[in-house]
Amino acid sequence: MTILYNTLKSCLAAEQPAAMATIVDGAGQIGAKLLARPGEASLGTLGDPALNEAVERDALAMLLRAESGIRTYTVADGEVQVFIETYPPPPTMFIVGAVHIAIPLVTFAKTLGFRTVVIDARSAFATPERFAHADELIHAWPDEVLPGRLTSNSFVVLLTHDPKLDDPALKVALPSPARYVGALGSPRTHAKRLERLRADGVPEEQLARLHAPIGLKIGSDSPEEIAVSIIAEVVAARHGLTGK
Amino acid sequence: MKDVLPAIEQWRARGERVAIATVVKTLGSAPRGVGAKMAVSSSGAMAGSVSGGCIEGAVFDACQEAIRTGKAQLLHFGVADDDAWDVGLACGGVIDVFVEPLDW
Repeated sequence: MTILYNTLKSCLAAEQPAAMATIVDGAGQIGAKLLARPGEASLGTLGDPALNEAVERDALAMLLRAESGIRTYTVADGEVQVFIETYPPPPTMFIVGAVHIAIPLVTFAKTLGFRTVVIDARSAFATPERFAHADELIHAWPDEVLPGRLTSNSFVVLLTHDPKLDDPALKVALPSPARYVGALGSPRTHAKRLERLRADGVPEEQLARLHAPIGLKIGSDSPEEIAVSIIAEVVAARHGLTGK
Repeated sequence: MKDVLPAIEQWRARGERVAIATVVKTLGSAPRGVGAKMAVSSSGAMAGSVSGGCIEGAVFDACQEAIRTGKAQLLHFGVADDDAWDVGLACGGVIDVFVEPLDW
């Protein structure tokens, strides 16, 4: 009876992507539904196999762009208006280094709909008092935590500018499918970082995708302002732009 | 959807029937975007919103009707629309809301 509803509910709970298509107007059965999921068979029907196929294809493409809206299709009896609503899983920001900047950055990221994961092996920094607002606070080395967790929906922000912590994290993040990898540090710190990574054999095309020094140039001074410049660069990356 | 799910789950656990209203299209300045949802139960409980309070009254009635009749319908609200003026859509926008019984 409520298979589509229950499936959508499970997808949302498990943060798995899904798209619901509904005929809202035109020459079709108003209210007919199709639930599309990447890599799974669709559920429900819009009453016409060719329409199902066309809508499923569009729905999965819209899901990747996190876009919802009405699309018009031509069927035997005329045109139908199909509302396609996508439910992309929330993006996750992995913040390595539970430093001062990380506190406002978690706040901004959460406001913008990111899940936030803060990673720092130093328990003096990564305290629950400082990061009560983070979704996850992990006391561990980044290269213990990050492998296997980074997807094309991940954004990695390195804030330690300490080679002991940054370099191992970069060696996991740069070859991963993560959408964004950025690292804090002055131009000089970054130049030294590049030297070390090159010496360790990290390929140029991986180094080229590293956003460093991290953040947009907005004259940031305080930790809060630096967090704004970082989140602005992350938003740009999310929309396929550089912000420059 | 996530914002109205807990309420829907509660209502369903109590054996109530549910209708869902969704903003499917907006033009001009609209207070809530595409995908914004309001849910209504057969006993008249309500969760979520589809505007800044401008059209919720009319949408609530349509939800009750959808629960009664089992039929879905597309509602159109705009500045020139009498209903919209009645309920005070002063934002100058146009909002299309799809109202459906939760029977899927």
